[in-house]
Amino acid sequence: MSATDTVPPDTREPRRARRDGGKPPAAPRTTWRRALRRDWQLYTLALLPLAFFLIFRYVPMIGNVIAFRKFEPGGSIFGEEWVGLRYVRMFLDDPTFWTVFTNTLVLGGLTLLFCFPLPIVLALLLNEIRTRKLKRFLQSVSYLPHFLSIVIVAGIVMQMTAVDGPINQLLKVVGEEPVPFLQKPEWFRTIYVTSEMWQTVGWGTILYLAALTTIDDQLYEAARIDGAGRWRQIWHVTLPGIRPTIVTLMILNIGTFMAVGFEKVLLLYNPLTYPTADVITTYLYRMGVESSSLSYAAAIGLFEALIGIVLITSANVISRRTVGTSLW
Amino acid sequence: MVKLDDSPGYRVFRWINAVILTGVVVVTLYPFVNIIARSFSEERYIVTGQVNLIPRGFNLSTYEVLMSDPMFWTNYRNTVVYTVVATAIAMVMTTCYAYVLSKRHLKGRTVLIWIAVFTMIFSGGLIPNYVLINSLGLTNSIWAIVLPNAISVFNLLVMKAFFENLPTELEEAAAIDGLGTYGILWRIVLPLSKAVIATMVLFYAVSFWNSWFTAFLYLHEQRLFPVTIYLRNLIAGATTSDSYGLAAGDVTQAASNIQSVAIMLTVLPILAVYPFVQRYFVSGVMLGAVKG
Repeated sequence: MSATDTVPPDTREPRRARRDGGKPPAAPRTTWRRALRRDWQLYTLALLPLAFFLIFRYVPMIGNVIAFRKFEPGGSIFGEEWVGLRYVRMFLDDPTFWTVFTNTLVLGGLTLLFCFPLPIVLALLLNEIRTRKLKRFLQSVSYLPHFLSIVIVAGIVMQMTAVDGPINQLLKVVGEEPVPFLQKPEWFRTIYVTSEMWQTVGWGTILYLAALTTIDDQLYEAARIDGAGRWRQIWHVTLPGIRPTIVTLMILNIGTFMAVGFEKVLLLYNPLTYPTADVITTYLYRMGVESSSLSYAAAIGLFEALIGIVLITSANVISRRTVGTSLW
Repeated sequence: MVKLDDSPGYRVFRWINAVILTGVVVVTLYPFVNIIARSFSEERYIVTGQVNLIPRGFNLSTYEVLMSDPMFWTNYRNTVVYTVVATAIAMVMTTCYAYVLSKRHLKGRTVLIWIAVFTMIFSGGLIPNYVLINSLGLTNSIWAIVLPNAISVFNLLVMKAFFENLPTELEEAAAIDGLGTYGILWRIVLPLSKAVIATMVLFYAVSFWNSWFTAFLYLHEQRLFPVTIYLRNLIAGATTSDSYGLAAGDVTQAASNIQSVAIMLTVLPILAVYPFVQRYFVSGVMLGAVKG
């Protein structure tokens, strides 16, 4: 195999990125036979990764058919026989499902409401720090919680909310009775959202800070000449400057809305707090893995995934129509 | 800019800003200080709620107890082994595929990209994955942790973007000199990509080091657990159904001290390397953001 076969001759036209993924471009196409002969070494490099995607990503995708099929432990991973919408009807009639569905929406909504805007504010505040060393120190400290395992975060949350923990010590000072927070359903959402803020706010500023540095200083100059004060500058120059970043992250956040940090819920909840803490994924985990109702759990999981797709697609369309920024 | 910043209003703002940001630092670091204090304190001071910033009844005995538990070290070693093996495999897979995807002339490239990107939009979900891993017989083996997470599409796209931006002249020259694709990748491209490789290694290593749920699902023997599960089982005593029915707070309190010690021992390596590697993460996110 000669060298020119490996690296294509310069006549190759960098093909325009094809959005639709299928239609041939106007430029003449190389045939598969030629492409294989020329690039076979490249294709071999793709073999193992393709096997990975096929086995560990696409087979489970198809494996979702067990939501509509009877599944026997030890049998085929695609189930034994069709049962139609039996499992779908089952969870729609299951009152627990609607509880966990509501809990998921509430936890996801609260997270979006509190954890999404906070990094923007923090980034704006950090941006006003002119001493570089100080700024870097503040960034390092605020990024730190992002790198902790969720198990460690859960451990920390438990210590903070323990009956002998700092929060209860504070309550004691003002003369209140200690509260076993993690045993109280009415406190779970607060604990979840607060710890989420603690872990994500700092790291969330990264992309905003990067976007802030790209704003042209001349814009501020112009705004000042027009008599704009600090606040007006932020409103009319800074915020529009980071708007694409805000919108992009917003879409991504809405897309993962349903997948609330279920690992943290799994670590922090207990039967006492199920009424507010149990979310779709923890419920289907208990149904599928602990109680072995795999088809039933798969039906719920599929439903959750479909909502996720609908959410991210509609957020994308809406933002394209209204703000002109979109993911695809 | 400097002149105009001296308005009285802005000076007030700077003070407020300083107060807020100090607050952020305090709130971020306070839990660590508290956990450190608890880990060195005597249980009776913790239970009565007297430990806050400074240890009371300073002692190291719980550290000794935990560190003399052979299972703790077995699990710690498992974490190291899983992280190293998983990161190595993930790096090979990701690098190969990213390099292929970065070749614009390649026929079928768009399809290859979509095969990866589509899994970001729609994933199989917990239950079908669980069924698959069980039926492949990977349960109770390191492969249940390593293989299903061998490629992170986010990391893949970061690397692809990096390779696309490398100058092509060197590769072309090497090809003329008779080097094949493998040789070019190994001898030309990878040495030029040290920065992105370091970042990717860190991304993968941290995610494997921190992961617990895969291990929780597929590993059922204590000697196979990573240290995150060890810690989880220590703290789980306080929340899961195991302790359900006990008088409120009983288990939590008895275990406060040992839990703090376990948290300290698992968090320590991360705190130790964090200051040195942090900037690589930031640059990695930037690379990803440019593309994604």
